[in-house]
Amino acid sequence: MTLFGFRMPKMASLLVWVIIWEIIGRFELVMLFPPFTEVLAALGDVVTSRSFGEAMRITVQSYLGGLGLAIAIGIPLGFLMGLVPAADKMLNMWVNTFLSAPLSALVPVFMILFGLGTPTVIVTVFMFAVWIIVLDTRAGVLSISPSLMEMSRSFGASRAERFKMVLLAALPEILAGIRLGMIRGVKGVVIGQLLVSIIGVGALFQLYQQNFLMAHFWALVLILFTIALTLAELVAKLEKRVEYYAGVRS
Amino acid sequence: MSLALAKKYEEPTPVTKPSNPIIEVRGVSKVYGNDVVALDNINIAFETGHLTSLLGPSGCGKTTLLKIVAGLLQPTAGEVLVKGKPVTGPGPERAFVFQDFALMPWASVMDNAAFGLKMQGVPRSEREDKARHYIAEVGLAGFEKKYPHELSGGMRQRVGLARALAVNADVLLMDEPFSAVDEQTRRKFQEDLFRLREVEKKTFLFVTHSIEEAVYVSDRIIMLSPRPGRISEIIDPAIPKGINPDDLRRNDVYLDTVEQIWQGIRKYVE
Ligand SMILES: Nc1ncnc2c1ncn2[C@@H]1O[C@H](COP(=O)(O)OP(=O)(O)OP(=O)(O)O)[C@@H](O)[C@H]1O
Ligand SMILES: [Mg+2]
Repeated sequence: MTLFGFRMPKMASLLVWVIIWEIIGRFELVMLFPPFTEVLAALGDVVTSRSFGEAMRITVQSYLGGLGLAIAIGIPLGFLMGLVPAADKMLNMWVNTFLSAPLSALVPVFMILFGLGTPTVIVTVFMFAVWIIVLDTRAGVLSISPSLMEMSRSFGASRAERFKMVLLAALPEILAGIRLGMIRGVKGVVIGQLLVSIIGVGALFQLYQQNFLMAHFWALVLILFTIALTLAELVAKLEKRVEYYAGVRS
Repeated sequence: MSLALAKKYEEPTPVTKPSNPIIEVRGVSKVYGNDVVALDNINIAFETGHLTSLLGPSGCGKTTLLKIVAGLLQPTAGEVLVKGKPVTGPGPERAFVFQDFALMPWASVMDNAAFGLKMQGVPRSEREDKARHYIAEVGLAGFEKKYPHELSGGMRQRVGLARALAVNADVLLMDEPFSAVDEQTRRKFQEDLFRLREVEKKTFLFVTHSIEEAVYVSDRIIMLSPRPGRISEIIDPAIPKGINPDDLRRNDVYLDTVEQIWQGIRKYVE
């Protein structure tokens, strides 16, 4: 970002927003926004509370459950679509529909099917994360150079060996899909819990809201955002390493 | 039009049948889809230990023929014999060198060069020794731990060549192997090719777009006509062995052969 011709560091723009927030909060214009400093003060309160620990445990559990399921099902499904044209024809439309559909609208359906508890949240995370993993894996499989496959055949590679090559060649795309799936999964876990609203972070949000603890409310939002971004950053790091090995795809 | 073009050429010397063919192509046709006739009844034999070039305008079926010999494509009709046995698929006596190198980007130079040996089940230390030998042979000693994206185009093709040499196949099938490298590297490659033919006693099938390259490196040039691909002419350039590149460009036989081929191809290009 540049301001009056000066290059601003990334953090600077964040700082500007924090200051604006603080000012709005000070003026007590909107009851929803307590000053940022108050939010920071509440942060300690939230993190040390027992209900927070419990909420995080449940949240992390359902998040990892849903994400694990999305990876375990998404990658094979992407492979199937990339390798078998008939399967691709049948599934492509549906996968794309689910990718862009307003999935939060489906959560009530999951609640009927899976009850008011962790299973519904897991399914929500799964539904948020899986489709992008499927599509990126498919794209990775389809992007393999045909001559690399011919090469493996001409040097007598077995089927298993050829499959391994497809997996390695598609790895950069698969990881990109997982990274995006992780970010979407965080959305899924929060939305799922908010709608179920009696477990995990959803219950906490409910609690803070009902008691007008807006500083606590925002502190929790801040924590969730930080966690989501840190996760995405970690996978991005891993991705860079793989890109390095994969080199320029040519 | 210059005077040189008007000059009469003697009839090409009648070509001899290979006395000891390693590959025989018998009545091979290839039809893509319903109506794209890429090859139409091709009959040729390739002499053991010779370098034979396939030359012809774009789309005449050179790659198709090479891949059929490699066992990567099924012919629509006819058959290919390697050492007298019909080809049903790829085999260890044939190794392919790809135009776009076809290196595994996630594997080091060593692992790429040793790929064929690994697929044959050669134990690690043995295959690495062999691969190291051929990596050095193609002039890449010291680069064993590098990855393809750290190499230039010419160096990448050397890895592709080392991979093909390492499996110790009798026949090397090369599809425009030097088209993606610069002119100087190309020269160096051509020299290497001579040396490999002498030292390793390999048979080469070599696809190229360049008339000059074909005349310079080949024992025999097979010219294909475009769709349907047929053999239009067979030429044995009688370039003196071991001629240095500077003398070559002034050599009469060389110039005449290039001219003769150009005349043959002209009619398709126009
Ligand atoms: N998979 C395919 N499906 C349909 N047609 C094909 C296929 N592969 C090649 N052809 C056609 O067959 C003909 C011969 O192709 P081929 O690649 O063998 O030519 P080539 O002599 O190698 O050409 P170039 O010099 O451009 O590499 C071309 O007309 C091409 O369009
Ligand atoms: Mg070709």
